[in-house]
Amino acid sequence: MSAPTSPLAGPVTREVTPRLARLLVAGLALVWAVPFWWMLVAAFRPAGSGADASLLPSLAPSLANFAEAWASADFPLYFVNSLVICAGILAVQLVTASLAGYVFARLEFPGRGFLFGLFLVQLMLVPVVLLVPNLKTIAALGLYDTLPGVMAPYCATAFGTFLMRQSFREVPRELEDAALIDGAGWWARIRLIYLPLTKPALVAFSIVSVTSHWNEFLWPLMVINSPDRRPLTLGLASFTLSAEGMQAWGLIAAGTFLVSLPLLAAFLIFQRRFVNSFLASGIK
Amino acid sequence: MTHALPTTQAALAAEPPAAQVRRRPGARLLLPLALLCPSLVFLALFTYWPVVEVLWDATHQVTRRGTRFVGLDNFASLFADPTFRRALLNNALYAIGTVGPSLVLALAFALALNGAGRVRALLRAVFFLPVMIPLVAAAALFLFLFLPGIGLIDHHLARLGLSGANWLGDPDLALAAITVLTVWKNAGYYMLFILAGLQAIPDEAREAALLDGAGPWQRLRYVTLPALRPTFAFVGVIALLNAVTQVDHVFVLTKGGPSDATKLLLFYIYEQAAERYDAGRAAAATVVTLGLLAALTALSLGRSQGPEAAR
Repeated sequence: MSAPTSPLAGPVTREVTPRLARLLVAGLALVWAVPFWWMLVAAFRPAGSGADASLLPSLAPSLANFAEAWASADFPLYFVNSLVICAGILAVQLVTASLAGYVFARLEFPGRGFLFGLFLVQLMLVPVVLLVPNLKTIAALGLYDTLPGVMAPYCATAFGTFLMRQSFREVPRELEDAALIDGAGWWARIRLIYLPLTKPALVAFSIVSVTSHWNEFLWPLMVINSPDRRPLTLGLASFTLSAEGMQAWGLIAAGTFLVSLPLLAAFLIFQRRFVNSFLASGIK
Repeated sequence: MTHALPTTQAALAAEPPAAQVRRRPGARLLLPLALLCPSLVFLALFTYWPVVEVLWDATHQVTRRGTRFVGLDNFASLFADPTFRRALLNNALYAIGTVGPSLVLALAFALALNGAGRVRALLRAVFFLPVMIPLVAAAALFLFLFLPGIGLIDHHLARLGLSGANWLGDPDLALAAITVLTVWKNAGYYMLFILAGLQAIPDEAREAALLDGAGPWQRLRYVTLPALRPTFAFVGVIALLNAVTQVDHVFVLTKGGPSDATKLLLFYIYEQAAERYDAGRAAAATVVTLGLLAALTALSLGRSQGPEAAR
């Protein structure tokens, strides 16, 4: 695992080009931060002050925008819906991926390579591109306009299976053999030996899964019809479109801030964990 | 299959687990299939079946008198639709406009911010923050940034004495504006992989180049970039896939307009299916998109097979 924190070893040089480049990148970092900075400044500005485009924070910060955003859209409900969707997807994925990961890591049987290839097909046939036929299936299953309908296409995960297979392979086989002699069944072996020893991979997978489904928009847009079943992204989109009509930019900033806050906060607190997880997602 | 773990295999040969030897072939298949079953059910429903279904839908037409096979008619009418051809072109431009600049910027960020130090960690976090917010949230912010006249960009351009533009309303600029948003959102993600790639380059290579008197550009050209090739091959695939699969911002910012300037493939599919109710055409467009994705993935994976397999 490569944590991007090891000191840059090697001779120190006094060349101009790398320094200029670093200066340029620092300048770009300022540019990159502008949308976020504007979001903070505009969200906390007293409503109706008319200085929408100013990047200077208001001297008298106000929560009026948040109060109005909170009142005009059902953010707590959207939040719960997003939470249910992410938790539901993750719970099923952890089961399906660990079982399949165990099979591909440790069991010998004819057709294993073929089946593994069949799993990997999902990496290319991304569910979102298949939204038209998948919506038909969801409707046929009676899951249209339900939260399980949003979750269903993600319940099997080729990426998760691949990740768990890789990390299960690192577990010493002797441990499993010992458990086998003690009469432990497959479920006991997975639960008591494999899963506890592969916690980092489980955490990495969970972070990537929750982040991507928390931020997802198009598939829920297809499946969900009732306003009270919207996840945060759908809620924010409709909230933004109505606030745009009112030219209420501070309101949009406040709503965006509310929606983005949970993941941003989690990232800022557990930065290292997140970074390593996303790197693990690179194997897909 | 366990070639990667020779030690484990040796241990296994010396002491085979009794249970596995005694099993009959039928029973040996039972446990794996049972454990794969939950995944396979979902894969069958939402990955394999939809491909069959979309191929069927694309070659059939549903009328009041029933469903009939129409061969490639749906594809013919799809390619006859100027909006679809525009969507193909837009998506190609969008892919070029996002993948190239994001990768170059990601490389610059990674080169400048590789290593320890509080400032570097802070700047890395700044570039990575956009990755953590939903694409619709990013679009909501950029709605005001791109607002003509009083928006953030135009307001500050005016203070510099420059005249802004109607970034999202001008057919010549809208796709570029969407592209800028995507680069802002994704460059930090790709930076992460390049940082990891940089860490894997042995210090000796850099030191040797320094001793040979290589300047910074020469070191980049002859040491760093060749070593990063597998990283780029694979980040390039991710970036290409993203250029096709991420269209959320189009819904918030432009809805494919003005005059189809920001209509991307997936948005076109959504429109045909959810607004025009043209199942045949939506299916045909899905087949074309899947074909493109498959070709792109196969092409890039084929090219990067050598270094990839060595990892």
